[in-house]
Amino acid sequence: MNIARFFRNYFTRNGIGLGTFLLVAVLFWVVVLIILPQLSMLDFSFRHHLPPPEMGGPKDTYTLEHYKYLVLGAPGADTSYNVVDLGVFGRTLLAAFFVTILDLVLCYPLAYYLGQSKGGGFIRVLVLLLIIPYWVNEILRAFAFRIIFGDSGLINEMLLAMGLVDSPIDFIRANVALYAGLGYAYILLMIFPIYNVIESLDRNQIEAARDMGAPWWRIHWRVVIPYAKPGISSGCTMVFMLTAGALAAPQILGGPSSLWFTQIIYQWFNQGGNWPRGAAFAIVLLVTCIIIVLSTMRLFKVRIGDIGK
Amino acid sequence: MTKGVDVDLEDVWIRFGDFVAVREANVNIKGGEFFSFLGPSGCGKTTILRSVSGFLEPSQGKVKIGGKDMAGIGPNKRPTALIFQNLALFPLMKVWENITFSLEVKGIGKAERRKRADELLDMIALPDQGEKLPSELSGGQKQRVAIARALCAEPDVLLLDEPLSALDLKLRQHMRTELREIQQRVGITFIYITHDQGEALTMSDNVAVMRAGIIDQVATGHRIYNDPATPFVASFVGENNVFRGTVKSVDGDMALVSTNRTGELLSRIATSAKGKLKVGDSAMMFIRPEACNIAEDTSPAVNRFSAVVKHEEFEGQIYNVFLEGSEGKEIKMSLVNIGKQRAPAVGNELMLEYEPQQAVVLPAGELASE
Repeated sequence: MNIARFFRNYFTRNGIGLGTFLLVAVLFWVVVLIILPQLSMLDFSFRHHLPPPEMGGPKDTYTLEHYKYLVLGAPGADTSYNVVDLGVFGRTLLAAFFVTILDLVLCYPLAYYLGQSKGGGFIRVLVLLLIIPYWVNEILRAFAFRIIFGDSGLINEMLLAMGLVDSPIDFIRANVALYAGLGYAYILLMIFPIYNVIESLDRNQIEAARDMGAPWWRIHWRVVIPYAKPGISSGCTMVFMLTAGALAAPQILGGPSSLWFTQIIYQWFNQGGNWPRGAAFAIVLLVTCIIIVLSTMRLFKVRIGDIGK
Repeated sequence: MTKGVDVDLEDVWIRFGDFVAVREANVNIKGGEFFSFLGPSGCGKTTILRSVSGFLEPSQGKVKIGGKDMAGIGPNKRPTALIFQNLALFPLMKVWENITFSLEVKGIGKAERRKRADELLDMIALPDQGEKLPSELSGGQKQRVAIARALCAEPDVLLLDEPLSALDLKLRQHMRTELREIQQRVGITFIYITHDQGEALTMSDNVAVMRAGIIDQVATGHRIYNDPATPFVASFVGENNVFRGTVKSVDGDMALVSTNRTGELLSRIATSAKGKLKVGDSAMMFIRPEACNIAEDTSPAVNRFSAVVKHEEFEGQIYNVFLEGSEGKEIKMSLVNIGKQRAPAVGNELMLEYEPQQAVVLPAGELASE
């Protein structure tokens, strides 16, 4: 009954034409482009890896073998757990976590400055300067980082010229380039949610806290950060999810010994041609990321509705 | 509570680039006084307040609190507390946390803060509201929480930046009384910023009237209203009928003004203009609407003039009568409603009279624009 009233109100408000269009567009977007493909991935992940002629045949049954493989490894392997894949999985999540923290530490002061200064034109230029590099596509940006961090790249040249090092530092092998590239890749998604929230923070609150004797760190701790929490969690969620799921940057900037979990997934899908296993790995990554994000939000007392703000 | 201390502005100038927001402000605010800065928006009154609270350093001159020069001392180190126009309560802190934020800053333990919060909540007549969030309170309650929060720091000087402007009329009038009571109870210096002359006059011991960065007059509300120092003060505070003209003769405290449109009228010379106003000077004479009355005697005199009633407004306690004198001169007269039904008089020509002591003449100058 409530739903009936909701739809009646919805159509009176938007009109039949626009209302139908919005409804169809959103449903198409959510159902056809998001839910159905994910469901089919989920379905894939529980199937055997079969040559095409046998698909739909008697051997095509549901199985947990791909999930088992991720945890236990190939049957008959010399370790009882799949140390390699699980290790990569753990390292990917940990690295994504640190990249998120790095981005937060970098972006919070910047977003605070952008949001609170009433610079007008100057601020718009700064924001534009932040956005413009993102017109360059992700692959090119990653390669640019590879050049900057390369043996004869800008940074090594400068360090050599200043006499700080005798021989070039291998930033690629040390994964410095990878973390820098990942940190940079989604940094805007951290800045803008925080900037948007802080921009709406009443300056008087900061002044009131200052007037009552609070030093700058307490003003941030008690006034600004609690207020910016929805923005911070929205930024962190996006950066964490996207970093954990990044493919281009690890592919291009990762050192020879580093492997990102997405690369393993990619290998199963592409080189291995084993879609069910790739799908299972991808589902595990997705679910784990969602659990991590939700429990972190729980820990910091952020409601999921706040993120949409 | 601490006793209030003096606040002195000594030759204070505040400039923003080429714009002079405050020029040559010299004010002595006595300890324990309720002092108001009254002026239209943009006159520099908030700028002065910010220089006292420490958010702004004067470009020139000194701000002294308790005789001590405040130059270089930040807002968090001054013995002042500021109540903002929009109150600026912290929306995510509970009421009691808001109130005791200044104690939290000093590192005082939770139990003691909670106790102090309860005392202050009792004082502002909001017991048991400590656990609420500010958004759960009404406008007047928020107002009181903001006051308690400022008083919690036990400041020597409380600065109030138009804190009542967001309230509705009834509540505003109630809060005036309450603020005045609180001030007398705690005994500290209150500096109050407002564009509302009613607030300034009802609450303050002394009022400074400001115009475009200049302090025109500092005096009691009574003096400001009855003996304005400049035409701006006369026209900004309360309502006034302005008669422009030239001084015809001066006799002691009284001057006869030859007005442009209303003939010769007698008036008292304002204290600030005494000895300065000479025959032939261009002058402005002010008669308050409530100083006008309908004359019984209609013979010409230096305190009478005739005008035709254009329309009337009934405001409850008074009737406002709008008249047109000679050559279209607009005149307003206010008559106290003494309970009798007034006969409509639109179109009638009336002879108005006033007590020359109640009129005031000043050298011509700038008026407050409507």
